[in-house]
Amino acid sequence: MATTSANGATGPKVNHIGLPMVEYRGGKSTLCAGCGHNAISERIIDAMWEMGVQPERVLKMSGIGCSSKSPAYFMNRAFSFNGVHGRMPSITTGAVLANRTMQALGVSGDGDTASIGMGQFVHLMRRNLPMIYIIEDNGVYGLTKGQFSATADIGSKLKTGVINELPPIDTCALAIQLGATFVGRSFSGDKKQLLSMLKAAIAHRGTVMLDVISPCVTFNDHEGSTKSYKFLQENDEPINEIGFVASFDDIEVDYDSGQVYSVEMHDGSQLRLRKLLEDYDPTNKANAVRTLMEAHEKDEVLTGIFYIDAQKETFIDQLNLVEDPLATLPESLVRPPKSALENLMANLQ
Amino acid sequence: MASGNLALGQEEGESSARPRVVNDFSIIVATVNGSGSQSANSVLLKSIFGMGVPVSGKNLFPSNIAGLPTWYTIRASKDGYVARKRESDVLVALNPETAREDIMALPAGAVAIYEEYLNLSTYRDDVVCYPVPFDKLTQAVCPEAKLRKLVKNMVYVGVVAQLLGIDLKVVEKGVQKQFAKKQKVFDLNFGAVETGYEYARVNFTKRDPFFIEAMNGTAGKIIVDGNAACGMGAVFAGVTVVAWYPITPSTSLIEATTDLLKKFRVTPEGKATFAVVQAEDELAAIGMVLGAGWAGARSMTSTSGPGISLMAEFAGLGYYAEIPGVIFDVQRAGPSTGMPTRTQQADLLSTAFLSHGDTEHVILLPGSVRECFELSYAAFDLAERLQTPVFVLTDLDLGMNNWMSDPFAYPEKPLDRGKILSAEELEKAGGFARYKDVNGDAIGWRTLPGTEHPKAAYFTRGSGHNAAGGYTERPDEYQEVMDRLSRKFESARKLGPTPVVFRNGRSKVGFIAYGSTDFALRESLDQIEKEHGLAVDYLRIRAFPLAREVHDFVASHERVYVVEQNRDAQMASLLKLDLAAEQVVKLRSILHYNGLPADARSISDEFAAKEGL
Repeated sequence: MATTSANGATGPKVNHIGLPMVEYRGGKSTLCAGCGHNAISERIIDAMWEMGVQPERVLKMSGIGCSSKSPAYFMNRAFSFNGVHGRMPSITTGAVLANRTMQALGVSGDGDTASIGMGQFVHLMRRNLPMIYIIEDNGVYGLTKGQFSATADIGSKLKTGVINELPPIDTCALAIQLGATFVGRSFSGDKKQLLSMLKAAIAHRGTVMLDVISPCVTFNDHEGSTKSYKFLQENDEPINEIGFVASFDDIEVDYDSGQVYSVEMHDGSQLRLRKLLEDYDPTNKANAVRTLMEAHEKDEVLTGIFYIDAQKETFIDQLNLVEDPLATLPESLVRPPKSALENLMANLQ
Repeated sequence: MASGNLALGQEEGESSARPRVVNDFSIIVATVNGSGSQSANSVLLKSIFGMGVPVSGKNLFPSNIAGLPTWYTIRASKDGYVARKRESDVLVALNPETAREDIMALPAGAVAIYEEYLNLSTYRDDVVCYPVPFDKLTQAVCPEAKLRKLVKNMVYVGVVAQLLGIDLKVVEKGVQKQFAKKQKVFDLNFGAVETGYEYARVNFTKRDPFFIEAMNGTAGKIIVDGNAACGMGAVFAGVTVVAWYPITPSTSLIEATTDLLKKFRVTPEGKATFAVVQAEDELAAIGMVLGAGWAGARSMTSTSGPGISLMAEFAGLGYYAEIPGVIFDVQRAGPSTGMPTRTQQADLLSTAFLSHGDTEHVILLPGSVRECFELSYAAFDLAERLQTPVFVLTDLDLGMNNWMSDPFAYPEKPLDRGKILSAEELEKAGGFARYKDVNGDAIGWRTLPGTEHPKAAYFTRGSGHNAAGGYTERPDEYQEVMDRLSRKFESARKLGPTPVVFRNGRSKVGFIAYGSTDFALRESLDQIEKEHGLAVDYLRIRAFPLAREVHDFVASHERVYVVEQNRDAQMASLLKLDLAAEQVVKLRSILHYNGLPADARSISDEFAAKEGL
């Protein structure tokens, strides 16, 4: 599993900040056995551990739904906020503004994002707030027993025989168009791809939007569903193979620059995307959106990192915030002195 | 204004015989929205203030960018009354569309100053008319055609100043202040004032009784609007995260806050110690406020009725998950979109219980611009102390109009950041349960995200939770938290600002009011005393939940009139929920809800009628 942060010490294996993986575990999942969401929680644990993120520096944010329960199932030592349906983006925005030093990780679902949460989702993407936004995308509402969501594909069939006739919202295409600076799609069953994607996401500064297709074993894993394990296994078309070399790993890798797209991440890590789709350039927005649209027409499910911009200014930069968290600035910095009030009063006389 | 009494008085033509009315009358300026009359109105207001005469100004404007009628009223009152006066005494009619209605609304003996070609004297012979060729005068003083619309307003200032006897030097100072340091703009505008002044001096013989005379009623006073005062309160409370969505009449509160933050809260390195975000809607605004409050920042938003409705779900989350935040509601006339540019106090009930389930909120109710400042900074302390959203309810009248006030006093107490556990304290304690009442005040301890201790983290959720923040559907665990929240609300009863007892122990009947109704009621108390020889007791509520003193006040009177600016007697309703049955029957209501600010005359008359005086 851990390919980049091996540690030779005896006892439980620890990461580069000296923590064993158990310190990244969460509570026992109450989701269905085999739910894709549980696999995503596992990958988050792996990625956070391998990247050596201090658990107390992480904000686990979510809305409402099966997906939004999952922050309880990873990283008990991280601060968690399970808010209201579709409104995780605003809560996260406030929290990150209050404390810019935190690593925010939001977990949402397709209903929580693409229906009730669409308003906040699109505006979050526009702001390029530093955070990771994961959609655990199964195309159905699980907790209310299996209604279609807005990411369900045309022609996809519910167990009850109902067929979806409305076009799906491609959250990745939207996120790219609106300003997210790291956009990818993966599949909960693809351990390797999802883990590399998450590690790179942790290294990124800006909004990371990952749509992770995560089959619902109870309501949407049958014949005729386009979000089933079987369908994904047959139709998943990776556009690139993700190689991630963390900044603390002293590894030199030779690569063929004609075949590999290399990105220097904010924290000094290297992201290497080996092209599987001919000439795919993950820095070209228009091309990324076109590629996604064309894939829909061919009923292909593209995965991989579709778009990345490691340089773009974040919302924190735009607001020109001080380095220290706003939350804990001392009184001397936040309450203007008496003379300031006296001047104001004099001007009003 | 169309809302006045159209019946003509009996005493036609008696104006010249009337005794002088000094420093005690109202001026109404009728213009067109977007014609730039605000600067002129402001100069006139400040000129009267500069003469030492207590003054207040009110903007009665339409929900429109340009083109619709708008009125500005200025009240000069030697006795310091600043509420709306029901009738105006001096009309400046610059809007042809409404000019007829405007002059018809005047009481007999009033003054009308108007554009000459409007020929308003044909409508009333019981009003003193001063026709002025404003357009011609403006043309002469302002060669640049596109500025004339603006400069014309300054001509009226000159005419009014001359007729009322306002010292031109004082007006000059007002113009200087208005156009601080822009010499060319000053020259143009003051030139227009002088033109108007000179025209009136040469062409008019004073035939009306209204005079402004220098007095010493404004020394040391300031003039400010409630929204700016709230913004100052927030900035001196150390607010760091501001999220908002534009809505009349609250927008200027955020603008004032933002201006002050830019002025006072940028480090020498040029970095901001604040974040202001214009959100996509009010749901996002309060979401950001709660996210920031949860993470430890002092956060706020400002809105009006429709925004409050949209914030309902999040308000319940803030209450149940116990997250501090300050929400300003500058109330306007509802329901629904209602009248966005008219005033009311009609969000009280919906805010007190905003959200589904058993939810109740702490509300502060400033009754002056000074209290806008004081209760705003108090709101931030209270929100963090009580770990709950705190609502500050003002209204359009208080928020958007200019009020005279004593200067604001710098907050003496340091910021109260509430119960926050540091990593060291946590280490000593060996852990904590977020929602446990360890001090008997029903307020738990919290940690801030990022506190570097393995036991610092907890789970914040709007779903059923136990004292440790864990998910629960167990009846006893759920109820334990709900009961503690109820006890916490009792703590809030003691921590909120106490009522202001204006007078007590003098009468069997009493008045209760809150917020901007105070201005009219205070004047009404004097009217009732003068006219009926009755000094009525009066208590002004400043917070919900209601303090014990409110209960005591009702208990010690036979009848209590609750005066408020809504149709449904919302404060009386809250009192009824709180009081014992034998106290409830004492309550009466005097209600004012037509969108205009309450006036003293209406309150006094209704009180007298109900009391059979």
